Amino acid sequence: MIRAHVLICAGTGCTSSGSAAVRSALTAELEKHGLTEEIKMVQTGCFGLCALGPIMIVYPEGVFYSRVTAEDIPEIVEEHLLKGRPVQRLVYNDPVVEGGEAASSLSETAFYRSQMRIALRNCGVIDPENIEEYIGRDGYTALGKCVTEMTPDEVIQLILDSGLRGRGGAGFPTGLKWKFASGNRGNVQKYVCCNADEGDPGAFMDRSILEGDPHAVIEAMAIAGYAIGADQGYIYVRAEYPIAVQRLSTAIKQAKEYGLLGDNIFGTDFKFNLDIRLGAGAFVCGEETALMTSIEGHRGEPRPRPPFPAVKGLFGQPTILNNVETYANIPQIIINGADWFKSIGTEKSHGTKVFALGGKITNTGLVEIPMGTPLRTIIEEIGGGIPNGKKFKAAQTGGPSGGCIPASLIDTPVDYDNLIAIGSMMGSGGLIVMDEDNCMVDIAKFFLGFTVDESCGKCTPCRIGTRRMLEILERITEGKGEEGDIEKLIELGNTIKATALCGLGQTAPNPVLSTIRYFRDEYEAHIREKRCPAGACKALARIVIDPVKCVGCSLCSKKCPVGAISGTIKSPFVIDQSKCIKCGVCLASCPKKAIVKK
Amino acid sequence: MKTLAELAQIREKMKDKVGIREGVNGVRIVVGMATCGIAAGARPVLNTLVEEVSKEGLSATATVTQTGCIGICQYEPVVEVFEAGKEKVTYVKVTPDMAKRIVAEHIKGGKPVAEYTIGNYKI
Repeated sequence: MIRAHVLICAGTGCTSSGSAAVRSALTAELEKHGLTEEIKMVQTGCFGLCALGPIMIVYPEGVFYSRVTAEDIPEIVEEHLLKGRPVQRLVYNDPVVEGGEAASSLSETAFYRSQMRIALRNCGVIDPENIEEYIGRDGYTALGKCVTEMTPDEVIQLILDSGLRGRGGAGFPTGLKWKFASGNRGNVQKYVCCNADEGDPGAFMDRSILEGDPHAVIEAMAIAGYAIGADQGYIYVRAEYPIAVQRLSTAIKQAKEYGLLGDNIFGTDFKFNLDIRLGAGAFVCGEETALMTSIEGHRGEPRPRPPFPAVKGLFGQPTILNNVETYANIPQIIINGADWFKSIGTEKSHGTKVFALGGKITNTGLVEIPMGTPLRTIIEEIGGGIPNGKKFKAAQTGGPSGGCIPASLIDTPVDYDNLIAIGSMMGSGGLIVMDEDNCMVDIAKFFLGFTVDESCGKCTPCRIGTRRMLEILERITEGKGEEGDIEKLIELGNTIKATALCGLGQTAPNPVLSTIRYFRDEYEAHIREKRCPAGACKALARIVIDPVKCVGCSLCSKKCPVGAISGTIKSPFVIDQSKCIKCGVCLASCPKKAIVKK
Repeated sequence: MKTLAELAQIREKMKDKVGIREGVNGVRIVVGMATCGIAAGARPVLNTLVEEVSKEGLSATATVTQTGCIGICQYEPVVEVFEAGKEKVTYVKVTPDMAKRIVAEHIKGGKPVAEYTIGNYKI
């Protein structure tokens, strides 16, 4: 008889911090103490607090352990599982709670308190490789309800009423997409596709859902198939997500075994099959027309719309394509109703949104919040603020297609329309936090560099235009910027936005335009004063020795890899700027902190 | 899966098992599992409690957990029952058979087994 469950995260984050070793150590230790009949180990998907991995949680007490290593396991088993004394040194201490009192349950910690989990409801709760655990959490109930109690049009109406908008970035109403593809059911071949080609740097929402709750996506795709009259679905997932691919394959196999995919689902005439297609890593394949071209076996290149996929999509047939997170919301909407979903979030953006928090933030990880939560809550409360006492400067949402939100707008409620109004976008959910050490010109250059690399080359504005913009940015960060560069960037950016063929090109200038909008002074400092205010642009940085503080110990000159520092013992040393490569080694070596970066 | 009933059957079977992960709720049955408790035979008591709670279908309202030494080692195995708004009940020198009665009469029936409580125990 099982008296306790030990949940260990097996998502990519915790796997890379060593959760596999923790799992095998626990298995061995449980056997050693003869506890295998009493205590069950469960490997789950992502809990969200990836920065503190490997994560382990013990139920029924709900004790939350962070940064567990294989060496800690004997102690946890002997003390906690055997004697009931949680190992306090490993218990997650909520840094926000005064006095360092350990949060008694997970939902009370600052990280989880303001979150609301719909798409992530099963992540970190169930074993993603066990279909019965998913069923135990009301899994496949929604599919059963749809095919036995509702007509396809009723299903579409329910999704329309809920106001669910696509979570992949653009925010198009999901129900409308389904409605467009719903005509002529039964007479034409149709397809249901899932976009799991999550390519934005720093985004891992979709990966975590596929790893932690693959059946939710499978169930929702079957529901979509029923709604539009399709009997075949494809999940397009990037090959760089091996754990997600493996869990999905297992889940599809189990769903087939249980008769939840295949012919005569729930004893009805409805049939639906699902296959996985692997993407080979091109960013553009996350664009809907390119994705479908890639599934067809061609080189992933976008094509002009219209015709829209709902009319002429995969293999020329009516197709709907939704993002992983969008699908993960669907079973819950079917079960709880449109009004429930509408009660969450803001007037025009219902429900929740998952964000992958990254960059200069204490709690790197995955969070799900109701729409309309202020950015401040996400960063300061859930994210635990900026580490090392630095100041928040800006947050980048929407990855290479989005823009930045400056510190002055930190109280903006996060939803689709607010973000667009301030020149950014919701995007798929990557949220990169930047502090005072980040140079905004450098950030814009980074994202543009990414789109230049990933441009498929089919249309001229994107292929050549983004490259010209990047060249200007490179010049600026190297101290070779000229008057008029900013205006040139704006003009080029607006032209590319208006003329590029697909979403990738149309949004590529956004990071540049939005950083110019909010941080024009930084661009001007680079161009006019040849100075990087954040001290991040290497070429513009000057490392100098303060002659007042320098005691002439010569330590720095010994450390300098290029021999740029010279002087006489006991008198101030100097750095030869023509030789200096700005590596910063001398900064760390000075015992008197006499060397500064300007 | 041919019918909704089949799905419901699996769901009910699994609800109990997954339900444990929703955290502590309702009645808490706590077993002293420090060295003294284990030496006095707390393990079989703990396992009996878990089994009985599940058998009686009480998993949704009662959880069984362990705790460390509460300082009355001579009375081990000690089982304490916590219920919101009620006074804590402490059972001492508990055996698996006594555990069965505690679940049946106290946890299910709502009436503490007076003769097993610490106040009525004579050394």
